[in-house]
Amino acid sequence: MTPIPVLTILTILPIVGALCVLAFTGRNANLARWSALAFSILSLGLTLVLWAHFDSASGALQFQERHVWIGPPLDIEYHVGIDGLGLLMLLLSCVVVPIGILASWRISDRVPLYFSLVLFLEACLVGTFTALNFFHWFIFWELSLIPAFFLIKLWGGPKSTKAATQFLVYTMVCSVGLLLSFLALFLAKHTFDFIDLATLAQHNQLMPAVVAKLAWQRFAPEHLALLIFAGAFLGFAVKVPLVPFHTWLPAAYSEAPTGTTILLTGAMSKMGLYGFLRILLPIFGPQMQLVLTPLLWLAVATIVFSAYAALAQKDLKRIFAYSSINHLGYCLLAIFTVVKFTGADAALTTEKYAALNGVFLQIFNHALTAATLFWFVAMLEQRTGGIRGLDDFGGLRKVAPVFTGLMGIALFSSLGLPGLNGFIGEFLIFKGSFPLVSWATSISVLGLLATALFMLGILQRVFSGPLNERWATFPDLTTRERLALAPVIALMFALGLYPQLVLGIVNSTVVQMVQQLKF
Amino acid sequence: MLAWTIYISFIGAAALLLLPRGSTTLARILALLTAIAGFAIALAAFLHHPTGEMQVITRVPWIPSLGIEYHLAADGISLTLALLTGIIAITGILFSWNIEERTKEFFAFYLLLIGAVYGVFLSYDLFVLFVFYEIVIIPKYFLIAIWGSTRREYGAMKLAIYSFVGSAMVLIGLIAAYVVAGSRTTALADLAHYPFSPHFQMLAFPLVFVGFAILAGLWPFHTWAPTGHVAAPTAASMLLAGVVMKLGAYGCLRVAMVLFPLGLGAWSHHVLGLGSWRDVFALLAVIGIIYGASVALVQNDFKFVIGYSSVSHMGFILLGLMTLNQIGIAGAVMQMVSHGLLAGLLFAVVGRMVYARTHTREFYLLGPMNLNKAIPFAAVTFVLAGMAAMGLPGFSGFVAELMILIGTWHAYPLLALLVGLGIVLGVVYVWRAMQKAFFAESRTAERPPHHPLPPITLPERIGAIILISASVLVGIYPQMLLNIILPALNSPLFEGLRKGSWQ
Repeated sequence: MTPIPVLTILTILPIVGALCVLAFTGRNANLARWSALAFSILSLGLTLVLWAHFDSASGALQFQERHVWIGPPLDIEYHVGIDGLGLLMLLLSCVVVPIGILASWRISDRVPLYFSLVLFLEACLVGTFTALNFFHWFIFWELSLIPAFFLIKLWGGPKSTKAATQFLVYTMVCSVGLLLSFLALFLAKHTFDFIDLATLAQHNQLMPAVVAKLAWQRFAPEHLALLIFAGAFLGFAVKVPLVPFHTWLPAAYSEAPTGTTILLTGAMSKMGLYGFLRILLPIFGPQMQLVLTPLLWLAVATIVFSAYAALAQKDLKRIFAYSSINHLGYCLLAIFTVVKFTGADAALTTEKYAALNGVFLQIFNHALTAATLFWFVAMLEQRTGGIRGLDDFGGLRKVAPVFTGLMGIALFSSLGLPGLNGFIGEFLIFKGSFPLVSWATSISVLGLLATALFMLGILQRVFSGPLNERWATFPDLTTRERLALAPVIALMFALGLYPQLVLGIVNSTVVQMVQQLKF
Repeated sequence: MLAWTIYISFIGAAALLLLPRGSTTLARILALLTAIAGFAIALAAFLHHPTGEMQVITRVPWIPSLGIEYHLAADGISLTLALLTGIIAITGILFSWNIEERTKEFFAFYLLLIGAVYGVFLSYDLFVLFVFYEIVIIPKYFLIAIWGSTRREYGAMKLAIYSFVGSAMVLIGLIAAYVVAGSRTTALADLAHYPFSPHFQMLAFPLVFVGFAILAGLWPFHTWAPTGHVAAPTAASMLLAGVVMKLGAYGCLRVAMVLFPLGLGAWSHHVLGLGSWRDVFALLAVIGIIYGASVALVQNDFKFVIGYSSVSHMGFILLGLMTLNQIGIAGAVMQMVSHGLLAGLLFAVVGRMVYARTHTREFYLLGPMNLNKAIPFAAVTFVLAGMAAMGLPGFSGFVAELMILIGTWHAYPLLALLVGLGIVLGVVYVWRAMQKAFFAESRTAERPPHHPLPPITLPERIGAIILISASVLVGIYPQMLLNIILPALNSPLFEGLRKGSWQ
């Protein structure tokens, strides 16, 4: 293990990039674009180096840095570190950001500001995914909203102000719940450290202490524990999002400039899932188990409702927005089913491994696929001047065969065709969840059905059929675009055929997570 | 040495009056140098005094027959607030660089106010403290009445009357304490250790506490604050919100709570579910938080938004005091610093950067001016200051609110939930004001204003950068201040409080 504080450097690097872009590029828009891209690729490179030095056989935290930051009475440590989960999140953030930057290449208004906000957002993502102490984790979690807000508001569509405000207020409100819950935990055990809290929870020392400390006579102890859980849960449920906390999402995704949507769906929505895996599952496991049935219903509703909602949309961005909710719903379903049986029941351990492995795979796949799909929308919008309705096109495959082919691959990957990356994740989730909670998993299959319908609907209405004369001169992908897309499409095939690429990173972490789920 | 913060400010004020007529630039520079000197002295004391325990600065008999001494001393809390005063003084002058009318007098009053504020924070004798506390009222009245804007006479008079009523209450309480303790001494430490009867403390505590809390904007005695802030010229708003309101909060902690700790204890009966003065004031503080934020949410005048936000933020301080635990009270002191810096900055943006250029504070007039493109520096400053004010992590406001919330969870879990609501409202009003003032028409074609707005000047930039950096510094490394605040709270002075109802 290196003594170099790699994770801190990785967090600071995009901030430095953001400042450089803002300060030195002046009015030279191209310089701003290229330097932002360079910084994001540099981050990606650094993450790959991190991966190379990462010991994936161990589920333990690696590259840890731990320093006292604030003394009594707060006793806060600066504590960062990654395990398989953290590394996976870092990888996907660093893959998604360059895609977002490439898809925003045509932004022409206040270019340096735009790209420095993107880099700033990347720093917040990296900070969130590496922090192991609530205090600075929360700093990044909250600060990430600010660049996202301005990216949506200043460069978004006609209703972007409303969408951005809705997004900000929703998330902030729920963050306050999160904050209050963690303060209650802090009060009882005097620590903000995620790992310490998880250890305490595992030995069933956390919630009794909290309840004793608050000593709120009007509530039964288990209700009080549930209240604390609800605060934390809300914070993450909004971010993912889980129906019915999703209402900010379609507006935000469709009003945001498409490059930003890529960041929102590819990376920011994963902050919520990361919270579920890193915080809720280890710390609030017993409470989740207590309200498992309602949670499962919410997950099922998320999956089914969003898939059918996507079916009813006419705007490509809104379709993909709902489809995002749908795909992340599978992750939540698997996370919830895992807490169904805990304790020494070894028979179902394999299923839990499968389900959680599926979750990790799905997280990465969704980041990749959704980012690519939105990227295609961005290229479509570039060519049409912002038109992206489902019924505005037709027969594009005649004029743009390569565009059609590559976007088709991305669509099929999103739909879960075997051989492409989307399949394995969903397969593992269903394989793992079905034996755990059969009813919920069975109903969720309805979501798969609707997904297939709307994905094929896009292929049919946009790309096949008679050519809409309006688009007779629709240009196909340029060589530059093809070159930029090639690695992404290749990655889709690579993951589809060799999912071990991701599973290798996370497997030990999954084993450890499942073993810790004993209460 | 630290006593020279007071003297140098007074000397600067006198020197300004001696300057020849018309020497405005010289007056500005002299005022700035005086403020910098004051800050430098406070900073030197801060650096040379890392433990935060009480140290005597000056102690000479003043009126021996009455037991009054001229006694200045500083502990960590005083030092922290003296530093804050220094920063606000410097930036206030930077943001008043454009005052052309009677410049000399303006800065003379300004420095007089600053000197008296230092005096209150450093006094260790109640009589001396009260004298300085009264001196504060006079310059602030004139600053508003002469250089103010909207309804300035009304605002100034209201402020003065509220202040005098508060002072009168404090005075009655203190004289009673003096007499009950045998008319021998007015030293804070001696009186703090005098065993006043619980019955007396129950009566004296609310009197003195409310007297000070009026100046701290305790709901429902806060109404002077929005009108006063709005009427005041920028530098005076900055001082009012930045340090003068802190005088009230400081008095609550240093005088009311230290002298009469048993006044916070439980009554023998419950009234409407409230069992002690502590419950009453905690509830009023929370009402202030929510009320201030809600009212700020519906204002159409930019400066009123900030004025009411002060009421809301001061509620956090009073709530922190009422938690009566170390973390909550330390959080309250942190919030005094944080709010001082941020309210100063917000008033500077509204009063100096926006109002002095556009001559309006109405949102519906500011919106079409596309200010985010006309004066981007002001927009960025406001966004950062707003983020800090709504308690976003990474800035000073977060640490302070975090500590106060932890303290509140400890003492009043139910109120902590209401405070959560207050924080949400805080986010909303800041964001609403920002959008309405700076980003209202960002997507219409750029329409240059009829008269291009003058660019942001260098003094304004420096002032804004100082305040933002200070807030970030405190937010990232609060240890710096906690190192001296906590030992101060553990000093013998607070013993009565710790023994009484401390948790």
